[in-house]
Parts: sequence; structure tokens; C-alpha cells
Amino acid sequence: MMKLDMSALETQFGAPAGEDGGLLFDVDGAAMPAMEFPNCPDFDRFQAKTKDMVKNKRGTTTLAFIFDKGVIVAADSRASMGGYISSQTVRKIIEINPYMLGTMAGGAADCQFWHRNLGTKCRLHELANKRRISVTGASKLLANILYSYRGMGLSIGTMIAGWDEKGPGLYYVDSEGARLKGNRFSVGSGSLYAYSVLDEGYRFKMSVEEAGELARRAIYHATFRDGASGGCVSVYHVGPDGWKKLSGDDVGELHYQYYPVQKTPVEQEMTDASTS
Amino acid sequence: MARYDRAITVFSPDGHLFQVEYALEAVRKGNAAVGVRGSDTVVLGVEKKSTPKLQDSRSVRKIARLDDHIALACAGLKADARVLINRARVECQSHRLTVEDPVTVEYITRYIAGLQQKYTQSGGVRPFGLSTLIVGFDPYNDKPALYQTDPSGTFSAWKANATGRNSNSMREFLEKNYKETSGKETVKLAIRALLEVVESGGKNIEIAVMTKKDGLRELEESEIDEYVAEIEAEKAAAEAAKKGAPKDA
Repeated sequence: MMKLDMSALETQFGAPAGEDGGLLFDVDGAAMPAMEFPNCPDFDRFQAKTKDMVKNKRGTTTLAFIFDKGVIVAADSRASMGGYISSQTVRKIIEINPYMLGTMAGGAADCQFWHRNLGTKCRLHELANKRRISVTGASKLLANILYSYRGMGLSIGTMIAGWDEKGPGLYYVDSEGARLKGNRFSVGSGSLYAYSVLDEGYRFKMSVEEAGELARRAIYHATFRDGASGGCVSVYHVGPDGWKKLSGDDVGELHYQYYPVQKTPVEQEMTDASTS
Repeated sequence: MARYDRAITVFSPDGHLFQVEYALEAVRKGNAAVGVRGSDTVVLGVEKKSTPKLQDSRSVRKIARLDDHIALACAGLKADARVLINRARVECQSHRLTVEDPVTVEYITRYIAGLQQKYTQSGGVRPFGLSTLIVGFDPYNDKPALYQTDPSGTFSAWKANATGRNSNSMREFLEKNYKETSGKETVKLAIRALLEVVESGGKNIEIAVMTKKDGLRELEESEIDEYVAEIEAEKAAAEAAKKGAPKDA
């Protein structure tokens, strides 16, 4: 049986409530209402289940796709802690090196740290082998690291996008150890909404502007319906010379761009009552 | 047990690592090996000392394959070679697993050289007593490559090189006669270099040829004999031409 960690529940007034659920200490007359434990058969598993529940939410929307002129990477910028929006200005697209990008979904700290770590490893590979690392190699390095931490609570759902000698490359890597090569991915709680718009509008041959606009629209629609996504949409393009940020637009403004306010026709005009 | 932790390779007062130099001596006593890089072919050749009658010569292969596109020949202590080759083979596969790409010739050479260096700076071990010649094709740019490592752990790339017994004469020959070659000419150059120090004949030489398309191929004795015959014919013709010229003049 796991030893319950009560430290969070301890107050100045004494230990948390026991079975009686009510007031335990009467310290100097000030009665501290004791916290109630949830009434469940297995409290130990309850804590683990709560962690699981919150973890898998991955409140975010990120997407990336390959087209004939390279890779488009886009993401929202909202960070949420349950129902609380902790930030609307999170940078979810991480620049690993001038020709490779990573997206962040899941635990912000985990994603940021491991992406920077990956950047270090990529640079060392370059120096040792006198050639840039391929997107395949970089994603494999990250996937192997995450696999070795499997089960220890890392929460990372990332896409590694870049341009190497073999052309554009896109891989999905997550903290369960999965690593998938693909042409279109969307990760996060809003990914379902983004997928519908993305899959509907996707063509392999597109101009960079068209592709960027498709990505922007897809993320915007995800932020419209998913509460855990919002803030601004960042869109990047990775071409043969490296990545370039195409745009960063607030979703509120995008909304009125896509759906401008319709002037409703006046049904009845109020006229001044004639005085006579 | 503490006695075995003392380094075996220590500096001498005048800056030498005697164990490494003794290892180089062991290399100089090993069989001759030559490597030649052509524009589309790389060739490894090794001297085959006369095999005892009862020995199965097929079990004494001197040229080892590290991966589909990399091969290695060495001179020196064969048992040390076995260990080094096994570690290199594992590293080739490990590299494929971690970066999903085959090794470059430079990478695996660097690994083998690094291993050899480690054993000159660790407690209780002696250096590997062999020099290797590593050939192969880079998976990225299809360029042929030839590298050499030695017991001290240094490595460098070569157009053609020799190691083992009489390597100096072979290297002199190669320096005099090297030119950019391809295909069969590269093989001939390697065999000619070996024939400088080895008794003529297919049963005293082992040759392996690697091309980008066909990978590594060991030549049959009969094929080697053909090459040798060609070379001897060319030599005879050259001799005759030399003798003939002054008379005409």
C-alpha cells in the first residue's frame, strides 16, 4: 500500500481531518474546517487516476504537414491548467536549429527541456560527423530518449519537422515511445477539429501562402471549438534554406476576418411619434 | 587486485609510449595488406601465408565485412583483430538503430581508432596489436573511401596504403605507380603492389573488391591467377619495349 502523502493538506492548525470528517482541533477558538476526502474505495489509485486524467488532456492544438515546397508547422499559444488559462502567449513551436522545428504538446517543461537537449545532440552530431543530422536521425534520437523514460510520467507529444538532404521530413514522436513518419499530423486536444479542416483543404501542390493559410484556418477552427486551445496562431514554413516564421495572428482577430459581422437589416424603424 | 589497475602503457622519460611502439612492431611482423581506392572501386589485398595441408583455408578469412558497404583488412595479432571486428560490427548495427542510417566509412574508422586509443590509456590493458585498412562507400554521396588506423589510435584517409610486412616497399611502389583508376585497373594496381613482396600466384594472395552496386566480392583463386598472368605479360612487354628502344635509336 502506498503511503499517503498528506503534506499538501497540512495546515498551521493541525493534521487533516480523519474519519469523522469534521472539526478536529479547536485551536484558540478558531475552528479550521477540515478537508473532505473523496469517498472512493481506493484512494491510492484515485490519485494516480487523477494524474492520468489531467495528463492526457494535452490542451493545445499543433499541426504540421508536408507539401511540395517543404513543411508547414503551426500551433496555438494557450496554456491551461485544468479550467484555468495560465497563458495566452506560449511559444509552442521550438526552434531546434536553423532547419529543424519541434512542436510542443503535453507538459510544457518536458517539451522545452527535451527539445533543447535534442538541439544540443544535433549540434554535437554535426561537429563530430561534419554533416547536419537528418530529420530521421534527430527524431530517432529523441524517440530513443523518451522510450527510456517510458512510464516515468513524461508527457510529450511532439512533431519534428525539418528539411535535410532527402528533402522535407516530418515525424511524430511521443512520450509513450511512438515514432511515426508521415505527411500530415495534428497533436493536442484540438487536433480533431484541426484535422477536419486540414484534411479537407490539403493538396500536395500548393503555394507557400496557400499552405500557410490552410494551416492558419485549421488552427483557428480548433481554437474556436476547443476550450484548451486559443491565443494566437503561429505558422512556420521549413524550406530548403531552413525555417521562416510566416505569421502570428490573434485568433480573435482571425475570427472577425473569416466571419465578419453581418449588419442585420433593421426590421422596424423607430420613428419619432408625431406630436400633434 | 590493485596491481592490475596500474597502467601498462606509461610514458617514457623522452615522451614515448613503448607499449604502443611494441605494438607497431607486432604489426610489422604481421602479413602484408594493401588497400587501393579507385574512382568507383575499392580493393583490399592480403598476403596469405602458406596454409598447412590439413588446415581448412576457408576458416582463415583475412578480409572481414563490417556491414554491407564496409570491409576491413588488418595486419598484426589476428586474435585482437577478431575482438575489434566484432565491436565494429555491433557499432555499425547500433548506428543503424539510433539514427536509421548506415555508418559512413569515416564514422566507423573513428570508432575503431577511438577503441584502439582507449586501450592505450586504460589500466591493466595492453594496446591492440594491429593496424587496419578500412574501405567502403559512403551512403550519402556514394564516394569510395580508404582509411587506415594503427595501435596508437590515429587514423587518416588514403588513396592507397599498405601495412604489415614490407609495407614500406609496397608503399614506395604505390607512390611511384599510383594514378586514378577505376574497375579492373584498381584491382591490378593492388595486386601489383602485393606482388612486390609476395610470391606470385593466386594461392598466396587474397583479394576483395567492393563496388557501390555489387558490394563486397572476394575474388576466386582462378580470377587472381588471371590478373597475375595479365600483369606478368604487361611487365614482360614493358621490359621488351625498354630493351627494344635503344636498339632502334
